[in-house]
Amino acid sequence: MGSAPAIQTVNLSKQYGDKLAVKDLSLSVERGEVFGFLGPNGAGKTTSVKMLLNLIAPTSGEGRLFGVPLDDVNIRSKIGFLPEHFRFHGWLRANEFLLVHADLFGIPRDVSKARIQELLDLVGLSEHANKKLNAFSKGMLQRIGLAQSILNNPELVILDEPTSGLDPVGRRLVRDIIKDLSQRGTTIFLNSHFLSEVEVTCNRVAFIKQGEIVNISSLDNLFEGMLRVELKADKLNSEIISGLSQWCTELQVVDGHLTFQIIGESKLPVITRYLVENNVEVYSLQPQQLSLEDLFIQIVGGEGEL
Amino acid sequence: MGVILTITRLTFYEASRRKILFAAVGLGLLFLIIYGTGFHYLISDLERGIGFTNQVQLNEIRNFLLTAGMFVIHFLASIMTVLISADTLSGEISTGTIQTIATKPVRRWEILTGKWLGFAIMLTAYLLLMAGGVMLIVYFRTGYTAPHPLRALELMWLNLLLLLSISLLGGTTFSTLTNGVIILGLYGIAFIGGWIEQIGSFISDISTNQIAFNIGVVTSLVMPSEALWRRAIHELQSPLVAALGFSPFASTYYPSIAMIIYAAGYTIAAFLFAIFLFNRRDL
Repeated sequence: MGSAPAIQTVNLSKQYGDKLAVKDLSLSVERGEVFGFLGPNGAGKTTSVKMLLNLIAPTSGEGRLFGVPLDDVNIRSKIGFLPEHFRFHGWLRANEFLLVHADLFGIPRDVSKARIQELLDLVGLSEHANKKLNAFSKGMLQRIGLAQSILNNPELVILDEPTSGLDPVGRRLVRDIIKDLSQRGTTIFLNSHFLSEVEVTCNRVAFIKQGEIVNISSLDNLFEGMLRVELKADKLNSEIISGLSQWCTELQVVDGHLTFQIIGESKLPVITRYLVENNVEVYSLQPQQLSLEDLFIQIVGGEGEL
Repeated sequence: MGVILTITRLTFYEASRRKILFAAVGLGLLFLIIYGTGFHYLISDLERGIGFTNQVQLNEIRNFLLTAGMFVIHFLASIMTVLISADTLSGEISTGTIQTIATKPVRRWEILTGKWLGFAIMLTAYLLLMAGGVMLIVYFRTGYTAPHPLRALELMWLNLLLLLSISLLGGTTFSTLTNGVIILGLYGIAFIGGWIEQIGSFISDISTNQIAFNIGVVTSLVMPSEALWRRAIHELQSPLVAALGFSPFASTYYPSIAMIIYAAGYTIAAFLFAIFLFNRRDL
């Protein structure tokens, strides 16, 4: 396997009848990366993930995990997965559940028993070890699901909305686990709606919209020097505002304030001078770092819920 | 192999924890108690009435009661097969539970085989317990055994495996409810076809007789379960009963060995087709 990327796809596509759910997905995730996959509902994130895991057969294109084709069975012993709308057999007790999944991974019993205990402690469920899963809350189920996904010390973990049912404490736990895995060199592929978390955990991010990737960037580059500025002023008119567009993008009026984006702080004095020279009464000019949410809406568009 | 056995084990848990197994076993045991009690009193009455000198007639009655008992077991076991297995794949696919299983280093056919094996073992145990129970009740009360009990059991067993394979096949594609309805529908077709053939055999008009016979053959090809049962009855009957008595269970026509081999082949083909479909199924 050598240094093959953890995930590599070339024009992976999935067609359902006349609907193209995923179109020409081409990406490469290097070993050790934490890669975020962002997009509105129905954009094709889960379909993409299912193709990677051989739950769904692609209509065309190909993909490889660590250099091995997607339909290879053995590579899945190196992969962990937490589905979005996960369900587990409710009549199994928590420790039995993890034992069954450990057996499916082929982990020997003497190893798995210790590992299960370790994981139950890690996700804070040791006192519920003997409880049946159908008595678990959604948050508890998500945590046991996460434990299941790292049972085999995987080299690649695929998480589809891992924090969607969790309270802030739970979300923090997931973030910490991801960080810990990442430090140990595990590759992580993350579908998430929680932009603030993707911001904090991921190295690179892909935006997907209507089945197609519209942008892949590293999070550092994404914001390179970009600032969002909020202006409170009087005596603005449309001429002055259109004049501003020589330095700014994304001009918008929000709640009576004008907001716009610039690249580089150096533009701020120029803009201030321009406004003053045009007799605009400036009350405040506040620059802020762009959030991933701003970028998400820009790149992906406002349609579709978050 | 380990993976298959893990799924088999999971299937046992599934059935036992979901209580349906206990309901089926409970009902079966209840039936055995009722049957045993009823059999005892009925036989006692008859023995007094007919007397022990007329063994032939006594045996006819014993045989009839044995076959009747086996019919109920056959019916209970068939229904149980469908009820416990109709949901196993359909349910897991529709809830998404299958997703964390199928993404393990496990082949799809291993999942199917594990499930099939788990249910097959449970059904075999159930059949042995229940059918064995009926036969033992008759034997201990009267010393009577049917001519070929083992062959009859094998045929009933094959019928259960047939239903199981069809149930898993349906599960790869249909929802639980649809699956159950289809199997019970097939069962019904076979049942009606069998009776048409049976009634037709009593009609002297050759052409009607022939049509009825053909209907019976076609329904048996579509669903061999009734054919298997008719052959099982045949194995249970003493030649005398078949020749002399008219009982709802006496079959003048009984399926050939070729039909039995066909049923076995059908079972295997259904299972293989299930693997084929499950391999291609988007989960």
